[in-house]
Parts: sequence; structure tokens; C-alpha cells
Amino acid sequence: MKDFQIKEQANVFDVVIVGSGAGGGMAAYQLTKAGAKVCMLEAGGYFDPADPKYINQLKGPWESPRRGASTVRAFGDFDAAWGGWEIEGEPYTRKKGTEFDWFRSRMLGGRTNHWGRISLRFGPKDFKRKSVDGLGDDWPISYDDMAPYYDEVDKLIGVFGTKEGLSNDPDSIFLPAPKPRLHELMLMEANKKTGVLTIPSRMSMLTKPLNGRGECFYCGQCSRGCMAYADFSSSSVLVIPAMKTGNLTLINNAMAREVLTDETGKATGVSYVNKYTLEETTVKGKIVILAASACESSRLLLNSKSSINPNGLANASGVVGKYLHDSTGASRSAFIPHLTNRKRYNEDGVGGMHVYSPWWLDNSKLDFPRGYHIEYGGGQRMPGYGFGFGMENVNGKYPDRSGNVKEAGGYGASLKDDYRFFYGTDIGMAGRGEAIAREDNYCEIDPNVVDKWGIPVLRFNYKWSDHEVKQAKHMQDTFEEIIHALGGIANGTKPGADTNYGLAAPGRIIHEVGTVRMGNDPGKSALNKNCQAHDVKNLFVVDGGPFVSQADKNPTWTILALSLRASEFIMKEVKAKSL
Amino acid sequence: MNRRDILKNIGLGTAGVIVSGEAIGQVKPKAATVKEIPEAQDGRLRDEIIHNNKLKAAKFFTVAEMSVITILADIIIPADKTSGSASQAGVPAFIEFIVKDMPQHQTPMRGGLMWLNNESKKMFSKKFVALTSAERLKIVDLVAYPNKAKKEHSQGVSFFNLMRNLTATGFYTSEMGVKDLGYLGNTPNKWDGVPQDVLDQYNLSYKEWEKHAAK
Repeated sequence: MKDFQIKEQANVFDVVIVGSGAGGGMAAYQLTKAGAKVCMLEAGGYFDPADPKYINQLKGPWESPRRGASTVRAFGDFDAAWGGWEIEGEPYTRKKGTEFDWFRSRMLGGRTNHWGRISLRFGPKDFKRKSVDGLGDDWPISYDDMAPYYDEVDKLIGVFGTKEGLSNDPDSIFLPAPKPRLHELMLMEANKKTGVLTIPSRMSMLTKPLNGRGECFYCGQCSRGCMAYADFSSSSVLVIPAMKTGNLTLINNAMAREVLTDETGKATGVSYVNKYTLEETTVKGKIVILAASACESSRLLLNSKSSINPNGLANASGVVGKYLHDSTGASRSAFIPHLTNRKRYNEDGVGGMHVYSPWWLDNSKLDFPRGYHIEYGGGQRMPGYGFGFGMENVNGKYPDRSGNVKEAGGYGASLKDDYRFFYGTDIGMAGRGEAIAREDNYCEIDPNVVDKWGIPVLRFNYKWSDHEVKQAKHMQDTFEEIIHALGGIANGTKPGADTNYGLAAPGRIIHEVGTVRMGNDPGKSALNKNCQAHDVKNLFVVDGGPFVSQADKNPTWTILALSLRASEFIMKEVKAKSL
Repeated sequence: MNRRDILKNIGLGTAGVIVSGEAIGQVKPKAATVKEIPEAQDGRLRDEIIHNNKLKAAKFFTVAEMSVITILADIIIPADKTSGSASQAGVPAFIEFIVKDMPQHQTPMRGGLMWLNNESKKMFSKKFVALTSAERLKIVDLVAYPNKAKKEHSQGVSFFNLMRNLTATGFYTSEMGVKDLGYLGNTPNKWDGVPQDVLDQYNLSYKEWEKHAAK
């Protein structure tokens, strides 16, 4: 791999990568290690979770004047994401009667800084869904093609879990899993009755030191960024090490506008707007890799129009922007009466659940295709803005410490004690499922709107189908069964047909993929099975864009494995002088 | 393409200096009139620091309103043997900040305080602050119990619910309140499962889990 070299030319990089998240970070890591001179463009600022000026980890709620509320940052003041569903000056639009909310993180590492670290491999069926249920399309690759790359990702980044031998939830090379918390043990017990398979989580926190990175110290705050680099974020685990090779040039605050091409249609570089000087600048590269996020990469391609590419770059098929799909999501919470007056101890654990439920049912007996997994929340969490809200709906229903059911609401010493008594009694459940990729769910360039950098913006057109609505209904029924088995009382009323059973708007789960899909047929796909554009040999896309279908699993581990696989392909092609 | 000057290419232009292996924070032109605020500090970005400073500098509640808020907060969360009162934990200042941060609370809070004073004048011909403690509670009792409050007091109930929520959240997210609650996390540690006495209390064990871990 060390002999990866393209003859040096003045101001021409071997590779230009747009985006520094999971896909871009992995490509930069692999290619700089192999000796390539790489330039990375990132639309946001520099971020290092170990640099004190950025650190929110181990702060108490009082250290935020809004007590961690989400007024400024989408997931609250302490969350690592710089961005959100709405960014000032960077609008997007929606076609009438459709919904899509687009989350963007403008920072080094992108959305890997605040993500849930749920690190699941796709299973054999997930690559061949059309063959299973006739819907959507099969991937041009199989699980066996991907397995060695998943292995590499596991070894490089680290994931904890337990070997379960499940047919469509393949085991990784696991670090030890943390023990379940109290409510998680209760869930494991309860789900023996419901039949909902509940197993240790699979997440990318280091329960043992790995590759020079520190061990998790169980503060439960991964979403704030980890100063010990004990969880996976692209900034700490991939981009910063890539910079240490001396081969990476990172340009922050560079908003990519378009991919440049020569008269033969080959990519020659990327033009971007310097967000501070507002100057348009170009960076040249022999190979261009887009990893700006599924929708941002398709926006770049669609905005890269030329006389030979009137529909945008790599888009002879017309599929760029189409087949957009996000995970389905629905949730419910419950009060667990036997958790009142809990003994206090530190149960922060890792930043997320210690057990989860992978899809456990057989679709042939159900009225919807594809599955979902269930994520669980609860415990003695750090209080933040919203803590104690709605006590008037609780303290009039259940007996207090002295065994009396009081008049709801109230004030004074007895009310003050209720907050202590009911602390840590709630559990939450969230389903995350697979939507069907459909041609008529898409993003395209809005003909009338530009962002503040003058770049035409995306217009979304996305509607859930009956498949997803029925899946959400099933989630709600399952949640109630689990709550019942726990001896809990569901909070609020059960979401019904009027709200699509609580099905979150598309984009809300932040797993959107599919807009630059791969395939063997250049007429029906933008990329080949190596994430290489059918139409432009030296152009690659390595974010969620290449996904053919998304599975009932979080996409990051597959983005990482695909990017690693594409990077290896690029190195091989360069050596063979085919690029 | 051809309109783009080659000199604007990175490495030669003004956008930044290329040093391989380093991050280039692109040069931000300095605004001479603004006090230098760092790019990031204590986890906050420059724009957030500016925004927070602006909120902190603004005043929403009048002195008179703040004194009613303080009285009500301490009625809702008084000092007890475990911890101090809401005002001792800084809840009134939190409420002043949060209504500026979340303007949707401004009219319900201001109007609710007005409602309270009107009711006070009706019952006792005095403003709320001028009442004795016992008189204050007579008014609070009209609105503190949503299920038994009279219909004509429903707006007062909504106000008091909001006041209760903001007071409780402000208190239990303060340093004093977190200590009172007994939250023991937010500190480096080694998680090794639920303490044995707690497992015993709930008749649970790690036996089942260990079967997973052993595989």
C-alpha cells in the first residue's frame, strides 16, 4: 500500500475529498496512510473533542444558562453537533404536501460527533431485499463481499457486543459489552414474556483501550464528544490521525459548490466558497471523492452541470437524488411504579443503551415488509431542562413516599420530595426501522432558491407509504406489550392513525441514504459496486448515497465499510494505472 | 471555469496557507468595532457566546415581577432539611434567562403574574407582594391543584403549572438541586453493573446476561 503514488504536480492533489464524516474520514485515513496527498474540504469549522475550548463533556447542567435546553443546538447546549435541521442561511425546500427534515452538522467529523454510536453490520438479507420480498432492489454486492471490510472497521475503530450467531444480525469482532443497567435487566426479563429478543448492544465505545485511544470512563456523554477518544467520531479516530501522516490538507469552512470536469468528462477538482472571504476557490485533484452526506453529495452532483452533463454529473441514469430513504421511527415512554424511591448510584454507563432488540419477527406473518429494532432509554440520568415538567400529571395518580395519593399538582416540601421520589422511574422505547427505497421519494435542485453562498439548494419530495405506517403501528403495539410485561404504565395516549402511529417525519431519524445508489446497470444506478461513478471513472461517492436499501440498522458501520472498500479499490486501480 | 483565476487556487491565494498535514482555519476578517471573541470557548462557539451574552444583557421582567417570581418559586420549592429553597438555588435568575431564550414563555408568565395580582386585589384589595404568607397561600391554593380548581381559575392553573415546571427544572438542574436529587454520575468511573443490594431488592441478577457475555 505504501507505493500508492501519483506523480506530483504543482497544486494538484492525488485525491480531493468533500466532507469529513464517517465516509470522508475513512477514505482520508486509508489514502493518506498509503501515501496519497489528500485535500479534504469541510463546510464547517475545525473540531477536536480533546481540545478544551470545544469540550462540553463532564459539565453539570448549571453550566448552561438554559440548562442544556435545545433552543440553540438541536440536541441541547452540551451536544457536539454544530448544525441541526435548520441552519441560518442554508435553506432547503419541500414540494407541497410532502415532508423531509434535513439534519446537517457543519464541523470536522460531521454527524459522527453526536451520533448514537450504534454500530450494526447489515446482514445477508439486507443486501438482497428484492430477492427476499420483491420490493426495491438488491445491492450489487453481498454480505460476503462486505464481511472482510466490516472486520477491518471493527479492528480499527472498536465495537462492543456479544456473539449471538443471529442469521441477519452478524456478529462483529467485539470488545466486552458493559453490563445492563437496572431497567435494562428488567427489560430483558420482561421480554422473555413478550418474545421480543433483547441482547447486549453493539456500540462503538472502547470498553478496552484500542489503537492508542483511551478506555471509556462511563460518563454517558458520548454525544458531547469524548476527550479520551474512547468512542468513534470521525474527527478523533480518522481525520486527526490522517493529519498526523503529513499527507492530509484539511480546509475548513469550505462550502463545496460543484465538481469540476474537463472536456472529456473527467473530474478535475472541486470549486468551493470560502465561507469567510466569500471567494470562490478551486482545488484540483486527480481523483474526487464525495462524502458530504447522501443529500449534500447528490446536491453537488446535480449542481455540477456542463454541456456534456446537462442533468448533472454522474447522472446519465437520472437516478441521482432519487430513492432517498430515512429510517422509520416511533417511540413511547412509560412510568415504572416499582422504580420509585430508588437507591442512588452512578449508572451513567456508556452514552446510550446497554441492551437492544434487533428485529425478531418473520415478515411473512405480518402485514408490512422489513423490520425494525428497538432502542431503550431510562435510568438515573443527569437532569437537564425539562426535568420535573408535568409533575401534576404524576403525583396525583401514584402514591408518594408516605403511601398517600395526593391531590395532583401542589407546592411546598411535599412536592419537592416528589421529584426525588419519582426520579429515574421512566423508561423510553424507540423503534428504528427500514423504509422501502422508492424512486418517487427524492431530492432535486430547487429552480428558484439559493443559499447564502449562492449555491442552488435542494427541494425534497418525500412521503411515507402504507408499508412504513403499518410498521409504526406494529411498533406502538409492541411498546405497549413490553410496558405491560414490565408492570409499567404507558405515558400519554397511544399514538393512532391520525398521527401515522407516531411515525416521525422523514429525515428526523438522520439515517437518510440512497440518493447516489450503486448497481450493476448504469441505466438504473449512479455508481458501480465500488462506489465509482459509472459515467466518471475518477469520481467516487462514499457516504450514505451509495446505499441501495438501508436495513433496520443504523447506517454508519456500513458507510465506514463501504468507504474502506472503495479506498482499497482506488489504491488497487492507481497501482494498476487504471485511474 | 475559465473565469476562475488560477491565483485563487488554494496555496497561492488569500483563502489560507497550505501546509500539508495541518488544518486550515480560513482567515476570518476582523471586525474592528467588536470586542475579540474567541472562535470557541468552554464548549461554546463564537456565535453562541455572542447570542448568550445578548440574552444575558437584556432585561425582561421588571423588579416588581421578579419579586413575585421569587416568592412563588420559594412557595413551590422551599428550603427543607436536604437543601435550600428555589431562590437560594438561583431559580428566579434562571426564569429571567429562560423566558428570553424561549420567548413563548414570555406572555404566559407576564400575563400570569398580572392575573395573580388582579385576583389578589379582588380578594384582599392589595397586590400579591403586600399580602401576608397566609393570604398568599389562599390565592396559590386556588390554582395549585389542577383537578380541583374552579373553572373560572383555569388560566391561573395554567400559569401555576408553568411556574411549577420552570421552578422545578431550574432548581433540580442547579448545583444545589443536582446534589439534593442524589444524581451521582457525570464523573469518570468504571461501570461494573448494578450494586448487589439493588439487584437483590428487585430480585434480579446478571446470570442471564452472563450467558450472552460468555459466548
